[in-house]
Amino acid sequence: MSLDPLLLSRLQFFWVIAWHILMPAFTVGLASYIALLETLHFTTNRAVYLRLSNFWTRLFAVCFGMGVVSGVIMPFQFGTNWSRFSDATANVLSPLLAYEGLTAFFLEAAFLGVLLFGRTLVPRWAHLIAACMVAIGTLFSTFWIIATNSWMQTPAGYEIIDGRFFPKDWLAIIFTPSFPYRLAHTVTAFYVTTGFVVVGVGAYYLWRKRFVEDARVMVSMTLWLLTVLVPLQIVLGDMQGLNTREYQPAKLAAIEARWDTASRVPLTLFALPNETTETNDFAIELPDLGSLILTHDLNGTVQGLKDFPRDQRPPVAIPFFAFRVMVGIGMLMLLLIAVSWWLRLRRRLFDTRWFLLGCTAATPLGFLAVLAGWITTEVGRQPWTVYGVMRTAESVSPSLTGRDVLISLLGYAIVYLIMFPAGGALLARIVKRGPTTEQHAPVEGGRAREAVTATPQVTEKPPLGAGGHS
Amino acid sequence: MIDFVPLWTIILGLAVFFYVLLDGFDLGVGILYGFADRREARNLIMNSIAPVWDGNETWLVLGGLGLLAAFPLAFAIIMPAVYFPILVMLLALVFRGVSFEFRFRDAEHRTFWDHGFCYGSAVATFAQGIVLGAFIQGFQTDGRHFTGSSFDCFTPFSLLTGVALVFGYGLLGAGWLVVKTEGTLQAWARNKGRWCLIGVVIAIGTVSLWTPVLEARIAHRWFDWPNILFLSPVPVITIGLGLWEWRSLNNKSEVAPFIGAILLFLMSYIGIAISLWPMIVPYQFTLWEASSSPSTQAFLAVGTLFLLPVILMYSAWSYWVFRGKVRADIGYH
Repeated sequence: MSLDPLLLSRLQFFWVIAWHILMPAFTVGLASYIALLETLHFTTNRAVYLRLSNFWTRLFAVCFGMGVVSGVIMPFQFGTNWSRFSDATANVLSPLLAYEGLTAFFLEAAFLGVLLFGRTLVPRWAHLIAACMVAIGTLFSTFWIIATNSWMQTPAGYEIIDGRFFPKDWLAIIFTPSFPYRLAHTVTAFYVTTGFVVVGVGAYYLWRKRFVEDARVMVSMTLWLLTVLVPLQIVLGDMQGLNTREYQPAKLAAIEARWDTASRVPLTLFALPNETTETNDFAIELPDLGSLILTHDLNGTVQGLKDFPRDQRPPVAIPFFAFRVMVGIGMLMLLLIAVSWWLRLRRRLFDTRWFLLGCTAATPLGFLAVLAGWITTEVGRQPWTVYGVMRTAESVSPSLTGRDVLISLLGYAIVYLIMFPAGGALLARIVKRGPTTEQHAPVEGGRAREAVTATPQVTEKPPLGAGGHS
Repeated sequence: MIDFVPLWTIILGLAVFFYVLLDGFDLGVGILYGFADRREARNLIMNSIAPVWDGNETWLVLGGLGLLAAFPLAFAIIMPAVYFPILVMLLALVFRGVSFEFRFRDAEHRTFWDHGFCYGSAVATFAQGIVLGAFIQGFQTDGRHFTGSSFDCFTPFSLLTGVALVFGYGLLGAGWLVVKTEGTLQAWARNKGRWCLIGVVIAIGTVSLWTPVLEARIAHRWFDWPNILFLSPVPVITIGLGLWEWRSLNNKSEVAPFIGAILLFLMSYIGIAISLWPMIVPYQFTLWEASSSPSTQAFLAVGTLFLLPVILMYSAWSYWVFRGKVRADIGYH
């Protein structure tokens, strides 16, 4: 078997971005959460918010560090492995990426140092501002990278001269047809992901009966937030689906494994899409619901894959299953929120052990949904890097041999398989230690080697009854 | 239409120079870290860069993206040509970057992360030096593509520039540590700085003699009359700086070794720029031939001219917050 530099480069890009996306999926939401906790501490002076902020900042630092180092790798991928894509699209895409660096990365990096190490060095308001700046930086970053991705999905505002893209209208380039929906859907996904981590960790403490006061604040506050965000996310996802139907019909057909164009199409719950026979095996379908969901009309028409030449169709099975994983997780999340309200209204939210265990088990759900959604949209874009205009096969660096890329892919595989599990173990350790105010520095010679951070002495409100803070 | 190429040459030149200085000193600190044997010294050394390292590394991203944005043809040719040095650099930076958090929180594997930090720093530096050497040597192209092999970049010359950069970053790192530490640790940094300076002087000399031999155009640039007259201050100043650096490493001055190292880098940088001007893909494409469309450069220039000063301001502020000698109680413990 000969090694194909194209396939290996695609695998490599998948590998490095799949790990990388897990970090912003968590840190974007967490940065906002920390900014919120810092604001609450600033305004109420309650010590619990300071403890929580310090605790989550420790986790944030580890994830952010891994996000930075895995993120530095990304722009270089464009050059090393996708040089023809870079050469062709740079006039249009490079300012978006450069603006990400200019508006976001420096902001995050400069203020993160102050957030992590500066609490005793700067006034309280300055520390609060640092926390907010880090949060804003992560959102700026999301804005630009989603703008870049959206342009690749639904390109606009350009002209092609000699096979290269040239800008015509910058506003059209940034605000492409799929951009607003993709941005809203992604940011909400990141917030929901963080939300389920916070709830999961809080529920774990309640289940183990540790740090009960802090855990209640985490669980209650965040379940409120998720009550808004999860249904909102389902609406946003639906809107992005409508947008995909309009601008990327082949992708939608692959997601639904729909081969023939038809109206009143069924909703396919499960099937094994068969690309050779152009049919679905073992399909389980609900009549008419497909049209209703995809077009908001029982008689709506959905385009099938047979409308597109074979060499312009994306792979079917991967988007089909990835999409179902994402939606399935969304439904599971909704169920969890519904149960939380049923328990909250009965004042049993904090001591129903099976529910706490369920919440802890739900901790990674957001990450899985983000990955599944990302796989859906990126594989669904194939065989194009710039949808409908530039093929993935025409984007790869011409000088690379299969052996070159195999070596680099192995390098990334080995390093990531050391780093990310080590990072995960570290996060688990920090969670085990919990939101404690005790200093973790070893006491050598009977004397703490560390300055003790004085927490403002304020009387805590006594916890409410068994019902908690709902 | 205004010609934005000179502006972008300056911006990119500054971004790359900032990167070399900033990540240079913290990679250098990482290299020297491997020579420190006491736990307390290592903690102090690491804490001297803990609050600033990821801001420094951000300039690498800006340098890469700036090249893509301003001179995309150069990006598309150079990156595949230095495929393996870039790979090795990125992987080394991964180890080095995560070891800040991991070393401190994962005490059982502290030795592993210690090694990750110092070898990661050294290997990343060496790889950057190879990229520099390959860049000076030029690339085999056809039309708008690199057509050589991914292994072309490994030559005796590029290995030399690799080693040179290790000494150079080591010198910057030593200068930084002299600023940030005191007592025995500072004396230790001065000692390491002297060793690095010897290496730097030998390296600059060798590269300066080798480059004109390598490429006749560079020899003409420097040695043709009247260029030799205008350009002779460059080597003269560099030699003077080397002597001054040696003196300040040996006397009591605390800031001078760092300043001297920066100026030595500046002179080397200017020297390379003089040799290669106006090429961005050496001997193939000029800055103007490789530049992106005027609309692209204009659109990005508007924001950059506003954002870059703001970035410099708040980056300076974050350095200001952590000013003074590194303290045991700020940073990782």
